[in-house]
Amino acid sequence: MNKRILSLAANRLAIALITLVIVSFAVFFATTLLPGDTATILLGQSATPEAVAGLRTAMHLDDPAILRFLHWLMGLAQGDLGTSYANNMPVAALIGGRFVNTLKLAAITAAIAVPLALTLGITAAMWRGSVYDRAVTILTIGIISVPEFMIATSAVLIFAVYLKWLPALSFTNEVSTFYDILRVYAMPVLTLTFVVSAQMIRMTRAAVVETLSTPYVEMALLKGASRPRLVLRHALPNALGPIVNAVALSLSYLLGGVIIVETIFNYPGIAKLMVDAVATRDLPLIQTCAMIFCLGYLTLITLADILAILSNPRLR
Amino acid sequence: MAPLVSIRNLRVEATTDAGRKLQIIRGVNLDVAEGEIVALIGESGSGKTTIAMTLLGHARPGCRIVGGEVRVDGADMVALGEHERAAIRGTKVAYVPQSAAAAFNPAMTIMAQVIEVTAIHKLMSADAARAKAIELFKALSLPEPETIGDRYPHQVSGGQLQRLAAAMALIGNPRVIIFDEPTTALDVTTQVEVLRAFKAVTARHGIAGVYVSHDLAVVAQIADRIVVLRHGEVQEVGTTEQILFAARHPYTRQLLAAFEPKRQDRAAEVAADRPVPLLEVRDLTAGYGPIKRDGTPAVAAVKSVSLSVERGKNLGIIGESGCGKSTLARAIAGIMPGYLGQVRFNGQEIAATAAERSREDLKQMQIVFQHADTALNPAKSVEDILGRPLTFYHGMDGRTRDKRIDQLLDMVHLPRLLRSRRPGELSGGQKQRVNFARALAADPKLIICDEITSALDTVVAAAIIELLRELQRELSLSYVFISHDLSVVEAICDEIVVMYRGERVEQLTPETLATPSHAYTQLLFASVPKLDPRWLESLPA
Repeated sequence: MNKRILSLAANRLAIALITLVIVSFAVFFATTLLPGDTATILLGQSATPEAVAGLRTAMHLDDPAILRFLHWLMGLAQGDLGTSYANNMPVAALIGGRFVNTLKLAAITAAIAVPLALTLGITAAMWRGSVYDRAVTILTIGIISVPEFMIATSAVLIFAVYLKWLPALSFTNEVSTFYDILRVYAMPVLTLTFVVSAQMIRMTRAAVVETLSTPYVEMALLKGASRPRLVLRHALPNALGPIVNAVALSLSYLLGGVIIVETIFNYPGIAKLMVDAVATRDLPLIQTCAMIFCLGYLTLITLADILAILSNPRLR
Repeated sequence: MAPLVSIRNLRVEATTDAGRKLQIIRGVNLDVAEGEIVALIGESGSGKTTIAMTLLGHARPGCRIVGGEVRVDGADMVALGEHERAAIRGTKVAYVPQSAAAAFNPAMTIMAQVIEVTAIHKLMSADAARAKAIELFKALSLPEPETIGDRYPHQVSGGQLQRLAAAMALIGNPRVIIFDEPTTALDVTTQVEVLRAFKAVTARHGIAGVYVSHDLAVVAQIADRIVVLRHGEVQEVGTTEQILFAARHPYTRQLLAAFEPKRQDRAAEVAADRPVPLLEVRDLTAGYGPIKRDGTPAVAAVKSVSLSVERGKNLGIIGESGCGKSTLARAIAGIMPGYLGQVRFNGQEIAATAAERSREDLKQMQIVFQHADTALNPAKSVEDILGRPLTFYHGMDGRTRDKRIDQLLDMVHLPRLLRSRRPGELSGGQKQRVNFARALAADPKLIICDEITSALDTVVAAAIIELLRELQRELSLSYVFISHDLSVVEAICDEIVVMYRGERVEQLTPETLATPSHAYTQLLFASVPKLDPRWLESLPA
């Protein structure tokens, strides 16, 4: 039995690994398609053709693409992320601090959004059709429909400009006390929580409502079970698969998709770093950021898959 | 003394998808005495399950109790609030569902679900409950009573689950148990064991029962009184003997008539010479999963089966679920990925899959599936459904096709008005007729009928069988008729092949039908319930 689980889990991991290689291939060739010649950009318009040619050779830019890809992939596998074109620093050093910042923001948001979304989704399903359920549904649809830059700028307008409670920008290096943390993270976390919770609430509610209409839940009802018991004991364990997948999907967004929030609050995260790298044609940096996003996404989805397998006794 | 259950002037209203309200239970009165088992019988849509559910104070989504009272041990389930109802469920009234396989939560162990009632109502400690459950498992003659509770629902068989569901109902010492068609989903051989277990347990504890079923023969074994329902109204009430042997209401007689042996005398029509058989199957092996090196599938559902069908004759294939009869039908029809062995039609060998068969081969042999609901495209009208094979096989269009569609509808006795309806707007029997008409559209010589009456009520099924016979006379068709129901097969077939675990056990003719030689066939035939209240006791244990 446990053997079966292990083989299923190993299977998922292998699929994740293969996906990662395919994505790395796509990332590498997509970035080489970016317009403009790196050497020319680095040296500026006025550089002599000889200087450009010399730099091209030095950077192996004239090698066939497939060689450069393999070279890069080998480097990645050994932990060598390459050197940034733009400022000649190791990519690892550039990313390090930024990545930690992104993880911090993601972790704080997840710690608030996931319990909140699950509670709202499950309770809405529990009292389906009630005023409470409708209020939650309307609220989540409302929030989904508002673009995040709208939420973020409104938050800045209200809390920073009018009320002057919070700083408009997040300078993470000034943080020393818990109160500082609260002030710095309040608005970005609030905005992101709005953005990622709505989808989780809706998926959780839908999954639980669907299992609530199954014969085994009716059977439990006819055994005299109360509504909370029906939902928590009978419906929820069977709805876990779709729910963890919805959670994983929402959380993966926090790792790479928060560019708007980072820009508005000037939060030094990795998404903003990537956009800056695109502006400077800093290929190694773009590639590494893309790989990090992909890795985070795959880790979460694979984790969700494995959790779904574990929650199903038929597969266990 | 007041009866344990008394239903007075019960009315239940249902709201259709279109928002229209209609009364599905119209003023029903019903009493159940202490320790008495009352059967509610009727076809689907007669309201028998709806009435039984009201004893638990429950109405399925879309239904609402709008009037009357349902007193269980003095308390009116209609008037009580949700909390008081919940307190009665599982302790005074318990429920045994139609499909235990669906009614057990797949994510919980069986034991956790069986003793859940005691936890909900705080009846006893978990250990005491577990000990009691094991006692019940023993009383219900379940295998490995000590450990069966540790398994998950998918790890035990359907018949065992049904008995486990009974244990789940009994754990709270209820006064009344509702049995909602508890054996309908089971094979006849399993049904006997389950019925016996139910009967013994209710008799021992003096528990009253409301037994919902459409099968009079099953009900005759277990009920003290029978209530015949139709369209939400009581047609006739009487003791089991009265209903079986002295029914007064015409509808009850109609139900009983559906049970009478309809074996026909076809011996006179035997052809003088023995020409090439219409269909010949030689050593057919088919199944599922990857194909092994020797060409056999990983899971062989049909193992080396041979049979033949003479022109104008019908062959029945019978066996319990999982015996491979449907796989055999699908292999013959060419809708399996392939098979080993030979299928010859009219003396010619035909290709293994429908994709490789010529249009002429396909036209000669048609298949009709069990569930007309899923076999008919819900988005197409009846005329589209029938028109497509006419165009495909005969290249018909316009007026000729229109005329032919009308003829087909006439043949299956459906009013021509129905041609613009969609399947969702037809009754179960009507859908099955459309399903059959679609096969007729090809002008086949042979029709494979895969359990086509199993999803229908007895009266409707009898009418379909009558239709098949009539069409056979008019169109000189042959049928391969697959069913788990012996009486249906007997009614229409000239020869019967009995299958067990993928193999052909025996082939019977009407003459040898009464005296099968194989032990499995004997067991199978003996397990078919008879309209005799003493039949169950008369069976050897």
